[in-house]
Amino acid sequence: MTGPGATEPQDMRDMFRSMLLIRCFEEKASEEYMAGRIGGFLHLAIGEEAAVVGTVSAMRADDPLTSTYREHGQALARGTDPRSVMAELLGRSTGLCGGRGGSMHLMDKARSFYGGYGIVGGSVPLGLGLAYAIRYRGGDQVSVTMFGDGATNQGVVAECFNMAGLWDLPIVFLILNNQYGMGTSLEHASAEEDLYPRAEAYGIPAWKVDGMDVMAVRGAVAEATRMAREERSPVCVELLAYRYRGHSMSDPDTVRDAEEKERWRLRDPLITFERVLLGEAVMTADDISAMRAEVEEQVEDAATFAEQSPEVPVGELADDVYANPFNDDARGGALMR
Amino acid sequence: MSTDTAKPVAYRDALNQALREELARDPDVFLLGEDIAGFDGAFKVTRGLLQEFGPQRVVDTPITEAGFTGLAIGAAMAGLRPVVEIMTVNFAILAMDQIVNNAAKIHYMFGGQVSVPIVIRMPGGGGHQLSSQHSQTLDAWFAHVPGLKVVCPSTPEDAKGLLKTAIRDDDPVIFIENEGLYGKKGPVGGPDDLIPFGQAVVRRAGTHCTVIAHSRMVWVALQAAEELAAQGVEVEVIDPRTFRPLDLDTLAGSVRRTGHAVIVDEGWPEYGISAGLATHLYEACFDWIDAPIGRVNCADVPMPYAKNLEQAALPQPADVVAAVLANIGRGIA
Ligand SMILES: Cc1ncc(C[n+]2csc(CCOP(=O)(O)OP(=O)(O)O)c2C)c(N)n1
Ligand SMILES: [Mg+2]
Repeated sequence: MTGPGATEPQDMRDMFRSMLLIRCFEEKASEEYMAGRIGGFLHLAIGEEAAVVGTVSAMRADDPLTSTYREHGQALARGTDPRSVMAELLGRSTGLCGGRGGSMHLMDKARSFYGGYGIVGGSVPLGLGLAYAIRYRGGDQVSVTMFGDGATNQGVVAECFNMAGLWDLPIVFLILNNQYGMGTSLEHASAEEDLYPRAEAYGIPAWKVDGMDVMAVRGAVAEATRMAREERSPVCVELLAYRYRGHSMSDPDTVRDAEEKERWRLRDPLITFERVLLGEAVMTADDISAMRAEVEEQVEDAATFAEQSPEVPVGELADDVYANPFNDDARGGALMR
Repeated sequence: MSTDTAKPVAYRDALNQALREELARDPDVFLLGEDIAGFDGAFKVTRGLLQEFGPQRVVDTPITEAGFTGLAIGAAMAGLRPVVEIMTVNFAILAMDQIVNNAAKIHYMFGGQVSVPIVIRMPGGGGHQLSSQHSQTLDAWFAHVPGLKVVCPSTPEDAKGLLKTAIRDDDPVIFIENEGLYGKKGPVGGPDDLIPFGQAVVRRAGTHCTVIAHSRMVWVALQAAEELAAQGVEVEVIDPRTFRPLDLDTLAGSVRRTGHAVIVDEGWPEYGISAGLATHLYEACFDWIDAPIGRVNCADVPMPYAKNLEQAALPQPADVVAAVLANIGRGIA
């Protein structure tokens, strides 16, 4: 089995639903944050839904995925229950990671989502290791690892390009180029503004696509995963996109100029995809409103579930520090005395 | 035990035996590191393993510590059991992000969904005139971090038995060897002799003062013990062997009996292993000790090159003798 075959109308409807869910979920998360129920950092991917959903829709369910801290969408697109994602954001016992990870550190191993990570660039070698394990076991999965334009300047990413090229590992490096690393623009941070040629320097086939167009992303990632699966070649795809919110909820987003933001707003991936769906008669306007209402209800339900979920018992503070604990009657530091 | 286990084996060969046996036992075990395959490893620990297990199981990496350590962590998340060799602990600094931010956190941070059964082996220590960047003892850096297990074998038997345990453990294990011990010979256990973590061992029994030492410092302490015995002072030398977990009961039990403790640690004195152990012992033995806990450490300087300076910086048996005598109130006249 390769990536997705021809895109059927049902696939398009599923993709649109997934994009709507992410948008709606993140808007709700932003409210929860403003209400003080979500702590820490909250990085929203609003505007990047096409990049996330296009990617996930082109992957096989057993292809491992790794991501940065901006990863609510990856979990949702992979089919994780929005209830457990929202509960994790609220730090509740019903959360996906039992309240240990929060917004930046979601993982759903059962869905081969191997996590969101908070150290810029630090997750890329993990994605490479998952690819290594696939090859070691003779599997035909492909590891997909997503990271930002900012992360491409980390040395470890270059190290990974080299090992992937050297060992022909089944990995797709997806650079989600939203053109900013926090408040620093790409042109301020990168000597060369095209990022995919960095992978080419290591013999990795690489190209750039419009990351605001979900069908284009799906097509590119389908081809990339096909090459990785069938031709045993690492691949790098750069997705040019834009986030509509600040870097995180605490960023007032004053650096980026209004005209630029407006220009990218016109390319809102949900609006453009909606036009395609209507134009190709895949969905009617009524279908779309019905879907939107259903998604909104699902998100409301997730928020209610999370808010009503119990806190994590403090007695569980030191659980899971070790898979093989030394002394399970003790806590914290004493645990491993 | 089979007869060949009675034959003395060098520390490096004991490690080699552990690797060979575990590679043969479990197909998920593989080795990864710089120059470990064709070149047999910088310290020849992996000698012959490429020939025996092939390039799929014994993998030469580029010089890319953060990258290959992270790769191994990712492979461990997928259920493999990578044993990474970092050429020396000094280079692990480049992989510290992967070790501390990923390996140590992943089990906990994701609510126990995946474990990271990786072993990172590397030698530490000084004494070979390699100056500041190649002579460090950084055990404390790792022992500081919850989520890691930290093992520092001092004998061939421990090197083998603890490495086998490390490979079978489901958590990330930092396995710190010592450049000065690779040639040290001694008996080793057989294929089924695993040494559990968290069990200190008494290297020499005594009643006047407890001397706690690990890795190469065990041998420095034992030499000091000989010299002290000649003066009628019998010290008890205890080797904690692992710092996470730490067998505090054995250490504290000894200190309560002798009423005196001296810690010998090749690491720096500030905020390190000796400082951490001393705190534990003060907390556990305050009412039993008759003198402040003594410490013998590497001098608080970057390691110098010149032979005489390096010797002055590193703990020597004479330093241990002096610390013990001072501790029990028998200062050298
Ligand atoms: C190693 C490291 N340095 C700095 C930070 C702080 N930081 C968090 S996100 C970020 C920007 C990353 O930009 P990019 O890789 O483009 O991803 P994006 O946030 O745009 O999705 C920075 C500097 C960090 N988390 N990790
Ligand atoms: Mg960015």
